[in-house]
Amino acid sequence: MITYLAKRILMLIPLLIGITLITFAVIHLAPGEPVDMQISMSPKVSAEARQRIREFYGLDKPLHVQYVQWLGRMARLDFGRSFAPDNRPVTDKIAERIPITLSLNLIALILEFGIALPIGILAAVRRDTMLDKGITVFVFVGFAVPTFWLALLLMYFFGVKLGWLPISGLHSLGSDRMGLFAWFADLLKHLILPIGVMTFGSLAGLSRYMRSSMLEVIRQDYITTARAKGLPERTVILRHALRNALLPVITFLGFSLPGLIGGSVIFETIFAIPGMGQLFYQGVMMRDYPLIMGILVIGAFLTLIGNLLADVCYSIADPRIRQGRT
Amino acid sequence: MRDRARTFLISALLILCLAGCDNGGERQRQLSRGQGIPAYGDTIVEGSIGEPSNLIPILASDSASFDIAALVYNGLVKYDKDLNLTGNLAQSWDISPDGLTITFRLRRGVKWHDGADFTSRDVLYTYRVIIDPKTPTAYAEDFKQVKKVEAPDPYTFRATYAKPFAPALASWGTAMLPAHLLEGKDITRSPLSRKPIGTGPYRFKEWIPGQKVVLESFHDYFEGRPYIDRYVYRIIPDTSTMYMELKAGGLDLMSLTPIQYQRQTDTPEFLSRFNKYRYAASSYVYLGYNLGNPLFGDKRARQAITSAISKQEIIQGALLGMGQPAHGPYKPGTWAYNAGVKDLGYNPEKARTLLAKAGWKPGSDGILVKDGRPFRFTVLTNQGNEQRLKTAQIIQQRLRAVGIDVRIRVLEWSSFITHFIDKRNFEAVILAWTITPDPDIFDVWHSSKTGPKELNFIGFRNAEVDRLLDEGRRTFDREKRKHCYYRIQDILAEEQPYTFLFVPDALPVVSARFRGIQPAPAGISYNFIHWYAPKEEQVYK
Repeated sequence: MITYLAKRILMLIPLLIGITLITFAVIHLAPGEPVDMQISMSPKVSAEARQRIREFYGLDKPLHVQYVQWLGRMARLDFGRSFAPDNRPVTDKIAERIPITLSLNLIALILEFGIALPIGILAAVRRDTMLDKGITVFVFVGFAVPTFWLALLLMYFFGVKLGWLPISGLHSLGSDRMGLFAWFADLLKHLILPIGVMTFGSLAGLSRYMRSSMLEVIRQDYITTARAKGLPERTVILRHALRNALLPVITFLGFSLPGLIGGSVIFETIFAIPGMGQLFYQGVMMRDYPLIMGILVIGAFLTLIGNLLADVCYSIADPRIRQGRT
Repeated sequence: MRDRARTFLISALLILCLAGCDNGGERQRQLSRGQGIPAYGDTIVEGSIGEPSNLIPILASDSASFDIAALVYNGLVKYDKDLNLTGNLAQSWDISPDGLTITFRLRRGVKWHDGADFTSRDVLYTYRVIIDPKTPTAYAEDFKQVKKVEAPDPYTFRATYAKPFAPALASWGTAMLPAHLLEGKDITRSPLSRKPIGTGPYRFKEWIPGQKVVLESFHDYFEGRPYIDRYVYRIIPDTSTMYMELKAGGLDLMSLTPIQYQRQTDTPEFLSRFNKYRYAASSYVYLGYNLGNPLFGDKRARQAITSAISKQEIIQGALLGMGQPAHGPYKPGTWAYNAGVKDLGYNPEKARTLLAKAGWKPGSDGILVKDGRPFRFTVLTNQGNEQRLKTAQIIQQRLRAVGIDVRIRVLEWSSFITHFIDKRNFEAVILAWTITPDPDIFDVWHSSKTGPKELNFIGFRNAEVDRLLDEGRRTFDREKRKHCYYRIQDILAEEQPYTFLFVPDALPVVSARFRGIQPAPAGISYNFIHWYAPKEEQVYK
């Protein structure tokens, strides 16, 4: 087990370097430069000023030199400074946004699993009944409805018409002078709409996954055996079937890990939530190379870690893998 | 993102004039509430789609940064409500008879927000840091014309130019930076870019990234304490959300889109809570031709295209009527604007005649042909601007009617600029320019500015325009300058290197509890420190 782990972790290093090399190349292949956003179409900018700004960012050097320099800084965990006019360290920019995105996604993920798993199981157990069909319709409506449209409707209804919920942002004005409890309640109110919409949209995938995995297990011989022993249906489903049906879900969870730091641009834009999605989008539009690379490296790292964790959990959950009896 | 190009303000000077307008600025019908008694207090919350990038104005180029900087900093001069230059940090100034030297007498007793005195040392520093080759600023050009600067005493500052340079005076409207906090330090790493210290009516309080910037009134402001105690700049990237926030009371000030202005805000309920304003914005949208392309080499072809386009129809279709036709590069009603230029008008018949004279004959499919080549070209415009796309579609339809086949291609901004504009790899574009209060347009039209990355990217070369542009910036005499710029507008109207399309309207809306707003040619924000909410109507404590 330990050699296996060590091998897997060592493998991450060349993988990471490979990923950064490819992303670095792809990003620089995109037409345009950071400088364009800052100075194009302004009658007061001379070609010389442009050159000056390029030199400032080190864009006048050949691409491979830029990559090696970047890699060198990366090895010292220095993500560099953003090319945006604010010229701040990339780590600062990411650090102030990650907590928001991370907690939002975490809450949504917990809700997603908390709702999708039970309704997936329910749909499998009550296969082809009205309940199953109702659930199917419900989750697919969530999947198919454009989030921005649903979000705007709900904002109009609950925010403007009824005035029950705040429309956008995370805090009300003056929330800094509220007591801790009131402050928290205020934050919670701001989160209801975005998290509600987010969760509703994500139910379909996991619940269908759960349903089919469950259906497969229920057809197995050992379930028939369990029933034949006269065990109550509840025990059959929850103890014998569910445990086995949950195995593939672990992989799903592993894949969700990198998703935790990625945000949705449309979603964050509509709710005016300053998250990672917007940051990344703005970075791409401005060709803010250090920022883009920073986010991608973190994303790549988390994906690899997520896969690793999923594999490890898998082997813990499934004795066959653990003992090498696949 | 929706209107990105508009957010690219052109010179730091524009912060003095966030929105200009023609005489009077139409005040929309509104239910009067009485003026109330001016009182200190309350908070005004403004909505913005973009977040400021850098609060040291010379390092920024986005309108959000300038919105904040306009309240935190001052320049030596500013534009008053009628767009005339007036003193700001400078009490007065003299221009030497030869037009080469400007001497500013600085206001005494002006304090920085941290309590230090403002003196000529700050002006010297600001000048030096702008022209420093290590400073990544886009605004050095005007200051490079300066030959010598001197500060004989703490309240006098003198700049000497090699040649008379008319835009010089206005260029000193750039925000003055605190020398005592910046001198000897690397400005690009200064904490002031996140926590600015200026001399302006509002001082910085906090900036919560991605959410809001909060300013507080500066009680020692040299023009007196502003009435409104707090200014909150909320970042809401989506215009629909922003509009709902306004209706729900979360915002007091924002810009409406034409459709919101026309169709969604005309209810008595809305008008009792908000005042809408409407005046010409300081920009114009144009259809520009690559003059190096044989299709557009003949001015009759360009005149024909202009005659075939109905500007009024575009204004109706793309702006719901919220704009006015443009016939040249200036804003109607400003002193440099020549109202008498020859207007080609909408006349498809004339367009056909002109094209026939230029040798274009209808081909089998109805598209004009000359020397075996069809009259077909692609119009490029930038992504994320619906108004420009609609404009392109209307033009496409009108030109098809006279036998010209137009294709439309929408491009993401950065690749649009590098791959198409910079490489002169385009046939026609729809873009916009900001109209600066000073009419100097040397960089856009002079034949020396056609090089790579320069702004005369259509390749316009006209000896007379060159001469007039030079003359116009070499004298401070307004009558003489007016003569130059009037003539330039006549030439542009004849040559049609662009088809000037329209000047859109600025459509701000402000909560009705704020009084003292007086629309003027400079817009509404010039007297922000005199806005107030009567005590009984104040919402925030």
